Amino acid sequence: MIDYNSVISQRVQDIKPSGIRKFFDILETMTDAISLGVGEPDFQTPWHIRDAGIYSLEKGFTKYTSNAGMTDVRREICNYLSRRFDLHYDMNSQVLVTVGGSEAIDLAIRCITNPGDEILIPEPSFVCYGPIASLASGVPVPIRLVADNEFRLSPEQLEAAITPRTKALVLPYPSNPTGGIMEREDLEKLVPILKQHGIIVLSDEIYAELTYGQHHVSMANIPEMYDQTIVVNGMSKCYSMTGWRLGYVCGPGELIAQMTKIHQYAIMSAPTTSQYAAVEALKNGDEDIEAMKEEYDGRRRYLVNGLRKLGLSCFEPKGAFYVFPSIQSTGLSSEEFCERLLVEQKVACIAGNAFGESGEGFVRMCYAASMQNLEEALRRIGLFLDSLKK
Amino acid sequence: MDQRSNKLLKLLEKDCTLTPAQLAAMCDTTEEDIALRVQSLKDEGVILGYKALINWEKTAIEAVEALIEVKITPQRDKGFDRIAERIYQYEEVESCYLMSGGYDVTVIITGRTLREVALFVSEKLSTIDGVTSTATHFILKKYKQQNVVFEQREEQRERLIFS
Repeated sequence: MIDYNSVISQRVQDIKPSGIRKFFDILETMTDAISLGVGEPDFQTPWHIRDAGIYSLEKGFTKYTSNAGMTDVRREICNYLSRRFDLHYDMNSQVLVTVGGSEAIDLAIRCITNPGDEILIPEPSFVCYGPIASLASGVPVPIRLVADNEFRLSPEQLEAAITPRTKALVLPYPSNPTGGIMEREDLEKLVPILKQHGIIVLSDEIYAELTYGQHHVSMANIPEMYDQTIVVNGMSKCYSMTGWRLGYVCGPGELIAQMTKIHQYAIMSAPTTSQYAAVEALKNGDEDIEAMKEEYDGRRRYLVNGLRKLGLSCFEPKGAFYVFPSIQSTGLSSEEFCERLLVEQKVACIAGNAFGESGEGFVRMCYAASMQNLEEALRRIGLFLDSLKK
Repeated sequence: MDQRSNKLLKLLEKDCTLTPAQLAAMCDTTEEDIALRVQSLKDEGVILGYKALINWEKTAIEAVEALIEVKITPQRDKGFDRIAERIYQYEEVESCYLMSGGYDVTVIITGRTLREVALFVSEKLSTIDGVTSTATHFILKKYKQQNVVFEQREEQRERLIFS
């Protein structure tokens, strides 16, 4: 009998599984549960994009592509970023096509981390940064964001977290799970500190297109930060292409070249069919983005409004497709709230502490769901809150 | 018309069963404002009606639909409008459009049987003064209408419940 504990690396054993899936087993047994627990769009990938993928298969384009990704994809990524976000990159040296934004994050962190280097991670935030930093022999350092500040990162919080070992700052905005954003002036306040300490910014902009009432600003839009910022983005959220697994990373050519090396050995190249679909999406998909965004915006207002009417305090999320209400008034912990809401009223959402300790007291609800489901979910949440008062 | 009314129209066009409360939240306004806007859009003839989209094939009710190409000699002063009006006044006519191209008017009619539709065309439509010819195309199967696909062929795979 092999003792697998002695086989498995300590570093891997130390990593906790994602808290997002905590109640998966309970939910599997239910048939009429409503899920606000998803983290992906509810639209189908627009047909013209799927069609481009299918066409490429019909033509037999099923081989590896170049490591960095097809020229057409890299060109269209550059056109897209320049057209929509005023971000300018050289397609030959500053872009790498990856297997989803997730691989891009992994590559970026692995590329810059020496053993013991500290990676600052504002929390609550998506679950992957810490474990990836640990696997890369770095030390994840959480920065606890607060609801009073709409979960923005303040210069004081940043300054307080910096040590001589600080290597990089993850900037995950628009934010999963809070829906918070960083506006230009918020970013500008961080710049002197980041410059002074020479901290690399890893800007995860996968939700950049889903910003309501304003336009997303990247740290790389601030001229003095351009050379110090790695931008991660992808097709998943804006074109509803989660299953295609296609993302990209842009930044200084010196860093992209090193990331390409890791990608070359670990992955080879991003899926070819998905790259063909991506060319079509990036070229002709602007209208799809606008249409989906308009839909989300209506649902966003409806859910925030509904939760507030039920008495849950909830700041207005200006990005992504999540609402992050406080459930502190119920006296329950985030996990108790989620478990009881699921068992008693069959509504699934995610405990805020799955995204870092500072998420305790909050829950994440996703409004990438039909209006009927949102309406019914609100009704059930109302019943649940009433039952707590008795 | 302002942006909010445009948004309201788009939402209603997609789903007219949204309640005033839902519409108000989605358009970031009050229910009273929604009611006023809907009323004035009706008064202006912008909102013409609300209907359900029904797949009759799944019911016991028999229905036959046909698209008819109609050629017309336009009348002095009135153009095509006068004759089009004589056509669309019939209850059997579900839709009636003036067209560019090889013929003049598209008429879509619904009847209970093929015979009923054929009789309408031969006895009523083609005998109208000014109608010079008709070509009747029966609709055999509906795949999609008003953006709704009749039979979802795609595997509607469940999304992961948590992700």
